[in-house]
Amino acid sequence: MVSLYGTEIASRLLLGTARYPSPAILEEAVRRSATGIVTVSLRREMAGVKKDGDRNRGGAFFEMIRALGVRVLPNTAGCHSVEEAVLTAKMAREVFSTDWIKLEVIGHHDSLQPDVFALVEAARILIAEGFQVFPYTTEDLVVGEKLLAAGCKVLMPWCAPIGSAMGPVNPAALRAYRAAFPEVPLIVDAGIGRPSHATAVMELGYDAVLLNTAVSGAGDPAAMAEAFGQAIAAGRMAYLADPLSPRDMAVPSTPVIGKAVFDLPPDLPASTGRAVA
Amino acid sequence: MRLIVNGEAESLEVATLTELLSRLDYEGDWLATAVNGELVHREERAIFALTEGDRIEILSPMQGG
Repeated sequence: MVSLYGTEIASRLLLGTARYPSPAILEEAVRRSATGIVTVSLRREMAGVKKDGDRNRGGAFFEMIRALGVRVLPNTAGCHSVEEAVLTAKMAREVFSTDWIKLEVIGHHDSLQPDVFALVEAARILIAEGFQVFPYTTEDLVVGEKLLAAGCKVLMPWCAPIGSAMGPVNPAALRAYRAAFPEVPLIVDAGIGRPSHATAVMELGYDAVLLNTAVSGAGDPAAMAEAFGQAIAAGRMAYLADPLSPRDMAVPSTPVIGKAVFDLPPDLPASTGRAVA
Repeated sequence: MRLIVNGEAESLEVATLTELLSRLDYEGDWLATAVNGELVHREERAIFALTEGDRIEILSPMQGG
């Protein structure tokens, strides 16, 4: 179990809901991943949207998510300023009735790198308004400290740019981040491409992984969702089992004590053996 | 009265935000509204008076990562 703002969550996978081939496949992916938290967003609604009308995509999606019985983590995806992110968070709370918010303030169009200065400022404002903030950040330690000082109780460093599928490009930095914040729930958010990437960061001691495209963009999203669920659980178990550290030299795995000593003459090839008269 | 609704110019004679939603056929308890960059709670919409040039945002849930 991982505790996020006092809520105990069994699964250590947080799953995004975007870019699935169909709502049915999204639903199956959520079920097979066994995730307890899905991320959602907000967008402009079209005029003329009746509750039961064909154009009612937002309402249909909302009903589907509610029926899944998982917790919802709304995001501020696509926001590029403090004001935009704060207003989006407030509107998300109005819709989803949760104080949780995945806070994204994008600072760079190409890399989608967070604007960490705006992120800290937005976090401070939202926490003062009662939000429980999950900040999408880099692995910068000073920014992490400032987010904690602002009142964040969870940190979500990237391991590579959003949607890049590169996996952990800087494991040393992730290791240092884990060591710097030993008591803070840490969730790797963004950049995961394969289950092995998720296992790798879980083995470093991260508490959970948030991903989307690695599942929704796979050939079989539901199967990939299940694979990620298992990979994350395996990584967590491995971390708790205290894995070995890498060594420069070989170490024999088979014990040498008690090994037979044949004491063959050095000039007699071992394969020849003793001649029988 | 000229209003900007989700980035589109509209010319409507409406007094409140609730009237605007009704006139444009918005329904559902999953909508969130903001006027000029400030959230307007759903219980405030009926008494929120709109004025010339107001910028209204009407958002609903969507898929997100």
